[in-house]
Amino acid sequence: MKILGFDSSGMAGSVAVVEDGITKAEYIINNKKTHSQTLLPMLDDISKMLGEDLSDVDAVAISAGPGSFTGLRIGSAAVKGLAMAWNKPVVSIPTVDGLAYGMWGHDRVICPLMDARRNQTYTGLYEFVYEDEYVMKTILAQCAVALDEIIDKINEIGKAVTFLGDGVPVFEEQIKEKCKVDYSFAPAFANRQRASVIATLAEQYYKEGRIETATEHAPDYLRLSQAERERMEQNSANS
Amino acid sequence: MSDVLIMAIESSCDETAAAVVKNGREVLSNVISSQIDLHTLYGGVVPEIASRKHIEKINQVTEQALTEAGVTWDDITAIAVTYGPGLVGALLVGVSFAKSLAWALKKPLIGVHHIEGHISANYIENKELEPPFMCLVVSGGHSHLVKVSDYGEYEILGKTRDDAAGEAFDKVARAIGLGYPGGPKIDKVSNEGNPLAMDFPRAKVVGNEYDFSFSGLKSAVLNYLNSMEMKGEPVSQADVAASFQQAVVDVLVGHSMRAIEEYGFNKFAIAGGVASNSHLRAAFEEACKERGVSFYRPSPIFCTDNAAMIGVAGYYEFMKGMRSDWDLNAVPNLKLGER
Repeated sequence: MKILGFDSSGMAGSVAVVEDGITKAEYIINNKKTHSQTLLPMLDDISKMLGEDLSDVDAVAISAGPGSFTGLRIGSAAVKGLAMAWNKPVVSIPTVDGLAYGMWGHDRVICPLMDARRNQTYTGLYEFVYEDEYVMKTILAQCAVALDEIIDKINEIGKAVTFLGDGVPVFEEQIKEKCKVDYSFAPAFANRQRASVIATLAEQYYKEGRIETATEHAPDYLRLSQAERERMEQNSANS
Repeated sequence: MSDVLIMAIESSCDETAAAVVKNGREVLSNVISSQIDLHTLYGGVVPEIASRKHIEKINQVTEQALTEAGVTWDDITAIAVTYGPGLVGALLVGVSFAKSLAWALKKPLIGVHHIEGHISANYIENKELEPPFMCLVVSGGHSHLVKVSDYGEYEILGKTRDDAAGEAFDKVARAIGLGYPGGPKIDKVSNEGNPLAMDFPRAKVVGNEYDFSFSGLKSAVLNYLNSMEMKGEPVSQADVAASFQQAVVDVLVGHSMRAIEEYGFNKFAIAGGVASNSHLRAAFEEACKERGVSFYRPSPIFCTDNAAMIGVAGYYEFMKGMRSDWDLNAVPNLKLGER
């Protein structure tokens, strides 16, 4: 099986090709350039390096959200174009699940933290359990909450935890202050979104039939737009 | 030479559109998915909502454009896409999608200027029209008086200093209780009103006689409405609409005719959403006739944001050898004639 994966949900953008359990190529860039300027050039470079046009992939996978609204759409639009041109399915991977899966085999509770602005974080809680092989169990599915809320939950579970994600530098002081369990932070190679992880997870999703058409696929923002939110607040205030 | 078929994508504001255009003049399909009902709830286009809708619709619209044209991807020569000006989040959907389509299909990619698209809409139904000509582009986001010297060669003689013409229509429509979108509503209600009922100002802009300013006119309408309310006197919605519209029409026609005379052009075209306005079309028809100038205007379907016009502009760029790179980005304030 051959999967082409993308992640442009945060600052880091990445493209990867995973085939039959092997990462054949991965390109990550984490700088000021927009995903619009980097995503297709990275794909083009990978294609040239591999000497393959990649039209033989079984599916195109995307880190589908949450994340930066614009970032998510750049990735989604790219994937929708490729999948349409090749007539291939799309696999949508929840972004926070993808972050956690990058910590495969880890023995602590895993808590990805993405900076969601507005004093919130996109987060979730996961752990790996050994059942003939490591299986990732979801303790708390990805959600948008205040940092205090997720820290309370971690304290309540009472197990050691590892934090990762672009929310770590944002919330580090608060974590130090409020987290009552033993905690650690993931290192550079594992602490941001990676397309190779998305493509790896997509192999599983594909086998389980969790696929979409290019037309069906849309990002999962986990949040309404500001205008919709304000309108709802206004409506409920008026009623 | 074999036929050149362009698949064009447009998502700069609140219409998700795709079209297939043959040899720059023949529209094989022109699919537009409008979000207007959605934005009406908010009294104007909400960028984030527009972007979200674009991503939901873009494959469907593109698929339909192919089907209605009766062609397959193999028949398509190149992919053209609007990359500016417009709402950045909205543009990015079309740009990202078009880039990956072109990459996967191994077709050339052509980034197109939205205003160049509007101007080029005139080529669709007027097979004889060729540059040079003078063109007025008026829409919700733009008011440009443009000298079209050749295909893809433009000189902006004048533009708005503040509100775009269409923006002024929207704001005045809101003030007199007509709601969004203002252009078509003012056009319609004006039929019942007296365009000479109020003498709203026709602004002259210091520095460049071809520049426009509509904010003073808008303020004059708002002041009038306020003063009538203070006095407790009733306001005729139709008279205000008709008088406001007449002031806009007078300025647009006046500037355009002066430019035609100064530069000695005998062809004049209008483009953009406001070019659908029936009073504006009639006024230009008459002014051009008086001067023996040929007048061109696209059908309303090609005045509104659409992808067929992007396909036409894309065709002429393609024939000149223009190709965009894979790092093509959305440029929200892209200037006409710049790359």
